[in-house]
Amino acid sequence: MVSLTMSKRVKQWFHRLGSLPYFYDVSARWAIWLAVPAVVCIAYAVIAGLVYVPPDYQQGDVFRILYVHVPSAWLSLFGYTTMAVAGVVALVWRLKLAEIFITAAAPVGASFTFLALVTGAIWGEPTWGTYWVWDARLTSELILLFLYLGVIALHQSIASPRAGGRACALLSIIGAINVPIIHYSVVWWTTLHQGATLSLTGGSNMDTDMLWPLMAGALGFTCLFGWLTLWGMRVQLLWRERRSRWVMKRIAHG
Amino acid sequence: MAEWVSFWAMGGYASYVWSAYGIAFAVIALNIALPVWCHRALKRRIRRGAFTDD
Repeated sequence: MVSLTMSKRVKQWFHRLGSLPYFYDVSARWAIWLAVPAVVCIAYAVIAGLVYVPPDYQQGDVFRILYVHVPSAWLSLFGYTTMAVAGVVALVWRLKLAEIFITAAAPVGASFTFLALVTGAIWGEPTWGTYWVWDARLTSELILLFLYLGVIALHQSIASPRAGGRACALLSIIGAINVPIIHYSVVWWTTLHQGATLSLTGGSNMDTDMLWPLMAGALGFTCLFGWLTLWGMRVQLLWRERRSRWVMKRIAHG
Repeated sequence: MAEWVSFWAMGGYASYVWSAYGIAFAVIALNIALPVWCHRALKRRIRRGAFTDD
């Protein structure tokens, strides 16, 4: 028996991951490891957020929108960041899977950015007295939605998959400038939007009974994003390779 | 019973809270359903040999 060293194994794994048929087969099994934590975390966050968490002392029950608003806003930023990282990988190493990741993640990210904006608007009406203001946080988040839609439009308008993939990678990288702008918008400018409640470094400014369901919601949405993106990647992969022999073998004869 | 009524009422914010959660549910459901439909339709076309002639 030949025993492989760790670095050899990692290299081999990375190489196989570049193989599209291998990814198509193995990703179906990975999906379950994202789907289960997504469902468990989101179910806990929603039930706790709607039932067990006491109403806010200032806002009453309307603050429960927090448990969908903050996780979707988090996901809108996280999703675009992963697309920018994939964009670098796609441009530097010419990895086809990285291109496919970007175009599969874009519609998921766009829909959760939309959700963050809509739930924010619904929350804004009773608390601020308006659905919308053109302040820094809201405007930069709207720009993020347009960036996501731009990636989707670019993908659909360029017929060559390779050229389209590279254009999307470039837009993902350039558009990532907006991510820190959104994050710090409540610090840099005077806005109606409140500052950060959660912090990874400075301790969070929130009661733990309210905090845990929120963390679970953010984790659940992150797993959901991974799951949906993985599934979207499989569909796009199949479409790109629809004329290849391995697809024929798996779908037509399998 | 009274507990349910007060739960649905959401302290007078029922329309805001439930519309936000309803839209969230719809967005998640569509995100799950659409790739599954596309995947099935694409597999059906491949099986029918839609891409073998060229």
